[in-house]
Amino acid sequence: MSRAMDLATPRIVSLLQWLHTRLFSTWSSSLASLGILYLAWMLVPPLIDWAFVRAVWSPANASLCRDTIGRSACWAFVADKYRFILFGTFPFDQQWRPALTIAILIGLYTLSALRVRRSRIVSLWLTGIAVIGVLMWGGLFGLSYVENERWGGLTLTLLLATFGIGFAFPLSILLALGRRSDMVLVRWLSVAYIELIRGVPLISVLFMASVMLPLFLPAGVSIDKLLRAQIAMILFAAAYLAEIVRGGLQAIPRQQEEAAQALGHSYWQRTWYVIMPQALRIAIPPLVNTFIGFFKDTSLVVIIGLFDFLTTIKVSLTEPAWTGFGVEAYLFAAFGYFLFCYPMSRYSQGLERKTAPGRGIHLLREN
Amino acid sequence: MLPESFRSTGPAGPSKLTWSLNQPRVRSIVYQALLVAAVGLAAWYFVSNAMENLMVRRIASGFGFLSREAGFEIGETTLLSYNAGDTYLRALAVGLLNTFRVATLAIVLSTMLGALIGLARLSLNWLLAKLAAGYIEVIRNVPLVVQLFFWYALITESLPAPADALNPLPGLFLSNRGFAFPILGSVVPIEMDYPQLSGFNFSGGGLLSPEFAALFLGLTLYTAAFIAEIVRAGILAVDRGQFEAAYSVGLKQRQVMRFVILPQALRVIVPPVTSQYLNCTKNSSLAVAIGYPDLVSIANTTINQTGQAIEGIAIIMLVYLAISLAISGFMNWYNRRFALRGSKL
Repeated sequence: MSRAMDLATPRIVSLLQWLHTRLFSTWSSSLASLGILYLAWMLVPPLIDWAFVRAVWSPANASLCRDTIGRSACWAFVADKYRFILFGTFPFDQQWRPALTIAILIGLYTLSALRVRRSRIVSLWLTGIAVIGVLMWGGLFGLSYVENERWGGLTLTLLLATFGIGFAFPLSILLALGRRSDMVLVRWLSVAYIELIRGVPLISVLFMASVMLPLFLPAGVSIDKLLRAQIAMILFAAAYLAEIVRGGLQAIPRQQEEAAQALGHSYWQRTWYVIMPQALRIAIPPLVNTFIGFFKDTSLVVIIGLFDFLTTIKVSLTEPAWTGFGVEAYLFAAFGYFLFCYPMSRYSQGLERKTAPGRGIHLLREN
Repeated sequence: MLPESFRSTGPAGPSKLTWSLNQPRVRSIVYQALLVAAVGLAAWYFVSNAMENLMVRRIASGFGFLSREAGFEIGETTLLSYNAGDTYLRALAVGLLNTFRVATLAIVLSTMLGALIGLARLSLNWLLAKLAAGYIEVIRNVPLVVQLFFWYALITESLPAPADALNPLPGLFLSNRGFAFPILGSVVPIEMDYPQLSGFNFSGGGLLSPEFAALFLGLTLYTAAFIAEIVRAGILAVDRGQFEAAYSVGLKQRQVMRFVILPQALRVIVPPVTSQYLNCTKNSSLAVAIGYPDLVSIANTTINQTGQAIEGIAIIMLVYLAISLAISGFMNWYNRRFALRGSKL
């Protein structure tokens, strides 16, 4: 709530008074309120009618969708294709495996947000990743082997985002330290890398991974498309995260470093035990924001043709039965991404309010 | 970091350099030499692989292809005439101009929209503030490419054919073939040139293709949400005392904003907004997803036709780096010009 508001708003005692101060305080405010109410009156009922009342829900009625196109939403599309959208082309009878993977990942996100003790959260993540590896690839404990070309859907989106951040983060710490290093060449290389990546769109990095990287490998060696995209996303995320970590490092007073130095600690001891724990704590809210941006960015793999959440939806639309239902399909896609990004966004806003009360500039999100 | 004179440990001091790894300076030189050697080695390895692969696959290298005939048509050539017989260079130039066209328009409109939404978010009016907050949350938490697909689907699937185009304002026609609108006549500049339905589409007036319209709409709405948050944060960053002082001298709310708060907030607002402009330009490269012929999309076609991936991607990267440098150059100039003396923004 703004300060202007605090000053101008008297204490609210009754509904009538609330209406007066918050909706009809001045002529222009009353006009705005009436305008919004009028628009809502005109738009909301037909929208509810379209999206819920008349909507076609059951995939058995696909032809009904076609007959009422434009007048009623066709959620039958989602009901028909949800297995493909969630799990891609993973063998149909084995799809409990990616389902469990999604559940484990969501559980791990939640536990991390709840701030379980650090030592425990690390071991939880390591166990979780091992279990996910076994579940997705199989080949152990009687699970059939599934090559990663068949991974897809929401599962793939979550894996790309999680492993992208997981590997980009250590790299970004090195880059941030490099950028603040006393060694000229180390500093130049870090700056060049960070600024180069931040200056170009993610698409060009993805193109690089999909068409240029194969040229740089010796003949006969090939890396599959998924891994190439994952590498590109790691390299991309690292540059952005590095700038956030650097921001955290800059906020640590110089005396911390000097005190640690005076106690005779080496560079890595100072960095690991004194500087980084403080810097990263400051950097958590912007790091979460970068994670949101990165999660959204995974959708760009649609351009190089990996079957993530968005691509599976787009591909489903090309089936003759479902062409022409793009509006419903992409509303569903938007809803899916929102379901993950919004809680993260609330979480980071909550942290910001806790750690940096006052100045509004802390609330900013880059992308 | 400690000053140089404190840094050496032994009694020898920095002046007498002994070649031991216990000397920080020696260590630093060794580390850097190792790093450069590693980077150089990796670069040599990749380049030699690339040379070999290019030779095996008989792919030419160098930028000679730029002067060859492109042979593909481009859907939108508003600013520079082009046909399939022209060179790759001209095709790429058309793409670059298309990037600028959509990015510039989106930047201008999203700045206005973003400022309005940012102010609305701070409004005393509960409905207005909640509406703005809801807009920002929804837009920021959905990937831009999904929004582009949505707008494109909405335009091409849900709008009627040109014959029964929606006509919300006189002269403005919305159909699944794009948006037609009147422009100033090219023959007689005082008269308006209205779009007319002829055959299956409109002729005369101005016409925005569905691709351009979807990209422009998506980019504008997306960027506006981020600019709105910057504007709001900038206003909140102005010290509370400034509001109190301005109210206490009897200024009206509008005057407080206009004369006291905004001039101070702008110093905080401009740098992050400039980086949003850069983001907007980079995001316009998502055009390739819905088939608007921007620079990336045309470079992609060029790569597919010539096989010269390295050169094509180098062109994309160089152009965007140049744009980034230009925008950050502007930002530095602005900061020097308008920052408060003694303050560090």
